[in-house]
Amino acid sequence: MTSLQDFLAGSKKAIPIVLGYLPLGFAYGALASIAGINLPYILMMSILVFAGSGQFITVSMLAAGAGAFSIILTVFLVNLRHLLMSASLSTYLQKFPRKVLPLISFWLTDESFALATGELQEGEKNHFFLLGLFGTAYLGWVIGGGLGGIFGGLFNSSRAAYTMEYALYAMFIFLLVIQLKQKKFIFAAACAGSLSLLFYLLVPGSWYIIMATVATATLGVMVEKWKGLL
Amino acid sequence: MERLTLVILGCAVVTFLPRFLPMYILTRLKIPKIVVAWLSYIPVAVLAALVVPGIMAPEHKINLTFTNAYFIAAFPAFFIAWRTKNMLLTVVGGMAVVFLLQYL
Repeated sequence: MTSLQDFLAGSKKAIPIVLGYLPLGFAYGALASIAGINLPYILMMSILVFAGSGQFITVSMLAAGAGAFSIILTVFLVNLRHLLMSASLSTYLQKFPRKVLPLISFWLTDESFALATGELQEGEKNHFFLLGLFGTAYLGWVIGGGLGGIFGGLFNSSRAAYTMEYALYAMFIFLLVIQLKQKKFIFAAACAGSLSLLFYLLVPGSWYIIMATVATATLGVMVEKWKGLL
Repeated sequence: MERLTLVILGCAVVTFLPRFLPMYILTRLKIPKIVVAWLSYIPVAVLAALVVPGIMAPEHKINLTFTNAYFIAAFPAFFIAWRTKNMLLTVVGGMAVVFLLQYL
């Protein structure tokens, strides 16, 4: 196969992701435009950040008047989950030219990771295939966001905005559910959820997410250490 | 809009680094076990920390009644996610329930 054929084969595999990213991206763009963010910034965020949950959080925290530092730190924690995916994917990419790794890692998302892992486990794939797969998903996200930014104003009713904003929570619920594979993570989720609710009600500002997350991870490690597992 | 540019660039950097660094340096550097253990809790912890206040206390007050569509819709969303492992179905299902509950 030529490199172009490999690229197109990867691109074709991205279709299910694109079908998900178009409406989700649209919801992001629409919410951002309703929050008063201009189209160039809506696009800039999709192009430079390329992280669904991170972008939804940024929009909702901006709308709530949160400070720049707490937004960036929250997005950092939310996207920290990619560390483990990047580490896991690296084992399949040993033969790839190192210069494509920045682009491949920039395009790493929950969905592309899941799909790519499946494909790479089935048989060896080259970097053109992976670039086609990831790049097409990226294009779908950026286009969806742009369309949402342009036509989102049409959905500027409280009911529509209230419904669209739920895309964020449904996405988080999904990402959470698929990670509840071990007992310790179920406990961690319960602990972080309760702490976060408590801090949210008691501590002013937008730091409750960060406080609950860091406290839970630290407690988890302490318990493992105490049980002699570490 | 200067502040917005700063937020976007900051988010771009902090999103890129966790995606890039492990892929790039893992072959050369060994991460301490305790750090790996700590990091393994972050995904579930941060997701639960985001979801719980957002669905249980949307207006800064705990509301677990039918007037809180976000809380009610979490049950079908949870169920769809668990059974189908499909993100699009989960999102569409959750949003449909929220939309319909507003007409009750």
